[in-house]
Amino acid sequence: MDTQSFIIQQLINAIFLGSIYALIALGYTMVYGIIELINFAHGELFTSGAFIGIIVLAILQKFGFVETHFILTMILAFGLAMAYVAVLGVAIEQVAYKPLRNASRLAAILSALGMSIFLSNGMMLSQGVSDRAYPQLLSIRGVSIMDARITYGQIFIIILSVALMAALYVFVKGSRLGKAMRATAQNKTMARMCGIDIDKTIRVTFIIGPALGAAAGVMVGLYYGSVRFDMGFIYMIKAFAAAILGGIGSIPGAMLGGLIIGGVEVLWSAFLPSEWKDVTTFIVLILVLYLKPSGILGEDVAETRV
Amino acid sequence: MAKSDLKKFFVYSVFLGILILPMVGFPTTSFHAGRAFGVWGVFVAILAIGLIAKTLRGTGGYRKSTAGLSSLFSPASGTIKRIPRKYYISILLLMVIIFPLVANRYMIDVGITCLIYVVLGLGLNIVVGLAGLLDLGYIAFYAVGAYSYSLLNLHFGLSFWACLPIGVALGAVLGCIIGYPTLKMRGDYLAIVTMGFGEIIRLVLNNWDKLTHGPNGLLGMEKPLIYYPSLGEGGLTWEVFKLKSLPGLYYLIFILAILTIIAVNRLDKSRVGRAWVAIREDEVAAELSGVPTTWLKLLAYAMGAAFASVGGAFFAAKLSYTNPNFFIFMESCIVLCIVVLGGVGSIPGIILAGVVLIAVPEVFRELQTYRMLAFGLAMAVMMVLRPEGLIPATRRKREFHEEKQLSAGD
Amino acid sequence: MDGANPILQLEDVHTYYGNIHALKGISLSIPHGGIACLIGANGAGKSTTLLTIFGVQPAAEGKILFDGQPIQNLRPEQVAAKGVAQTPEGRQIFPRMTSLENLEMGAFLRRDKAETAKDLEWVYTLFPILKQRTKQLGGTLSGGEQQMLAMGRALMSRPRLLLLDEPSLGLAPKLVKTIFQAILTINKSGTTIFLVEQNAHMALSNSDMGYVMETGRIVLEDDAKALLQSEQVKKAYLGE
Repeated sequence: MDTQSFIIQQLINAIFLGSIYALIALGYTMVYGIIELINFAHGELFTSGAFIGIIVLAILQKFGFVETHFILTMILAFGLAMAYVAVLGVAIEQVAYKPLRNASRLAAILSALGMSIFLSNGMMLSQGVSDRAYPQLLSIRGVSIMDARITYGQIFIIILSVALMAALYVFVKGSRLGKAMRATAQNKTMARMCGIDIDKTIRVTFIIGPALGAAAGVMVGLYYGSVRFDMGFIYMIKAFAAAILGGIGSIPGAMLGGLIIGGVEVLWSAFLPSEWKDVTTFIVLILVLYLKPSGILGEDVAETRV
Repeated sequence: MAKSDLKKFFVYSVFLGILILPMVGFPTTSFHAGRAFGVWGVFVAILAIGLIAKTLRGTGGYRKSTAGLSSLFSPASGTIKRIPRKYYISILLLMVIIFPLVANRYMIDVGITCLIYVVLGLGLNIVVGLAGLLDLGYIAFYAVGAYSYSLLNLHFGLSFWACLPIGVALGAVLGCIIGYPTLKMRGDYLAIVTMGFGEIIRLVLNNWDKLTHGPNGLLGMEKPLIYYPSLGEGGLTWEVFKLKSLPGLYYLIFILAILTIIAVNRLDKSRVGRAWVAIREDEVAAELSGVPTTWLKLLAYAMGAAFASVGGAFFAAKLSYTNPNFFIFMESCIVLCIVVLGGVGSIPGIILAGVVLIAVPEVFRELQTYRMLAFGLAMAVMMVLRPEGLIPATRRKREFHEEKQLSAGD
Repeated sequence: MDGANPILQLEDVHTYYGNIHALKGISLSIPHGGIACLIGANGAGKSTTLLTIFGVQPAAEGKILFDGQPIQNLRPEQVAAKGVAQTPEGRQIFPRMTSLENLEMGAFLRRDKAETAKDLEWVYTLFPILKQRTKQLGGTLSGGEQQMLAMGRALMSRPRLLLLDEPSLGLAPKLVKTIFQAILTINKSGTTIFLVEQNAHMALSNSDMGYVMETGRIVLEDDAKALLQSEQVKKAYLGE
């Protein structure tokens, strides 16, 4: 493959991987921006989405639905997964995070960790330790750009991710509730004095963030063909690295960070032994936290931005 | 029952139901509705008991129902309160010492595991409890101890006792290396970074085949050797005794655990311990008061790592085998659970939690599968209801509740 | 001015910060339609008073009545809904929202688009410079512009009672004049104003009545003009 095609292929892969990481990273960044808590359970929410997707698809497949109605199947799979995880996210917030809003940081972190452990083990118990196979739904046919190849499946996922991110951006920038969320993230007390119900805005954050993570989960399941109860862990680290890299609390930052992390991973895999690629992500994360914790688009670590 | 409490009860039950839902399993291949409901039922039952107890306590019915019982025990309880703590500790110690003589092999093995986790828990307590640094990658130091002993013993034939100080030194150095970048980080970031370091260590151990044999692990280390003098034909000679038997190993880890307890206790009460408290409560103020925060934080990491290293070396020696999968992130979580549920900063609490959390799932085998599930939920619930843990350290209890008071008016 | 039905009443209000007793039983009564001020030294508890009224730092004891209705147990967002607005200490601009968005946040609870637009125009007549800054991020505005933005934001809710915390702090004298002119205009349009100030002279000269606060207690209460003449006040706060 000549150099140009090679670059294009890496770009394709990076954008593909990056958009998935960006979706998950958005969940982290929004939650951190509004309540300054790293939602350790987010990785498990991502995995839950993948599992709900697979359950929905399994049911639909039994009725022979899948082959005939691709679009409807996708809507149901993504929609139900996102809906379930959104409810799950709010439930976790109400029970494990809200009561600790004024408590010590240690307590909040430990509670989040506890939820993460609870969820991942719950999934392990119900779905088993081994990989679960996703039905092969995404087309592996595709188009070629010079010698590089992009499958229809990849195109579908990229378009869906971009659509979701665009919808989020418009919502947060333009809608009344979206602005209320930004205000709450920037100055809680003042937001309350303007009449904003911050409990509500926080709940909405926990609906949107986890829902996006769930969508990413279904995408990962569809593309890679399998899900495991503990796949959330490594995605969590990568997405978190992306969120921090882009500037925690910044929505465009999470998108940018996702792309960069995707790019780093793709480049590494192209040239270097791939079993070490996860170590690279960890190292990137640690480097960013050490050298520039506010990230690329971030200014002040404690505040949030759109 | 208060209406709001009932409402909360239903909300929590529904919440648990939502959580349990994915546990119902695949409708096409395996459907585990029964099991899921079973777990849900257990948790809801626990919730219900808690609700009833809380109501009884509020209305004074609790006192009435236990009044009868307590009248029986009151003469006894009076005497109990007057007996100084020393006696309890002595009796407990005695029980622990006699344990291997009365228990079977399996139980002794469980006991050994408990004691290892007690050492780990106390070590982590130095970092999290005393110095207030949330370390999620603690298990890496355990791994360092295990692997350093394994490699030194297999390649150079060094004995357990020779390897201990080396392992401790390596652990301490690694602790400083990991600690250094985190010095300026706040709680959440600290947690993530330490978690990252823990995983990096594990991945390195897993991938570096040449050195560590990767996922296959290292096999065949010697058990610890005891040298003792004996009078033989040639006069005084040193005899070697391989500590192969389980009771022998039990007593070794027991001694290590006792040393750890004493060390942590002395640390807590020392000037270093008080300096750590100062850093924990208000780092900026501590620095301005002249406390050398950098040095002290690194010291906390190093000391915590040292104890984990000792535990790791023992673990490798006992099993004569080590493997990267022993040092996954979940293990760090388990140790953290022990510290948190027992009571951050509380030595008796951690000992109790270590024993209970390890022994109970072993004894009640059916619970084994739900172990981590319960740990996770318990940790989250504990933070909301009783952040000080089972046996609170007196300083900490005030700390947790004071924070709530101060920021109540948000 | 309606003296019979005060718009705001505090009765023996106590507030604590943890163990610190910040407000030690203060009582005040602010009539409809005028301008009242609260002066005192730094740390006397002036800002705390405003925060307590708004429910941000809830009162531990005592009653707060807004138009005769108790509000001491209300959450800040509920107090806002009653028709109270505040320009808090430090202005508290939403730093990464545009100037226009900041103003929109002030009108968050309003559903009447047409009237809100009218109020926005009115804010621009009071503070013309804001019209040139609509798309600029709040955090990049100068101190004076931020103060105007904060006041504009408070006005966007068409409050019946406007609380101002140190409106002149850190501002050049010309700007202070602008601010206080705006305050008078706002008051004339029907909004009662309760302002807290360190600059005692400025405050008393522009108010109808005044309260003097010292270490958590109200020590003087009178007509503003009377306070300006009082020897006590002159010595302690007017530097004469």
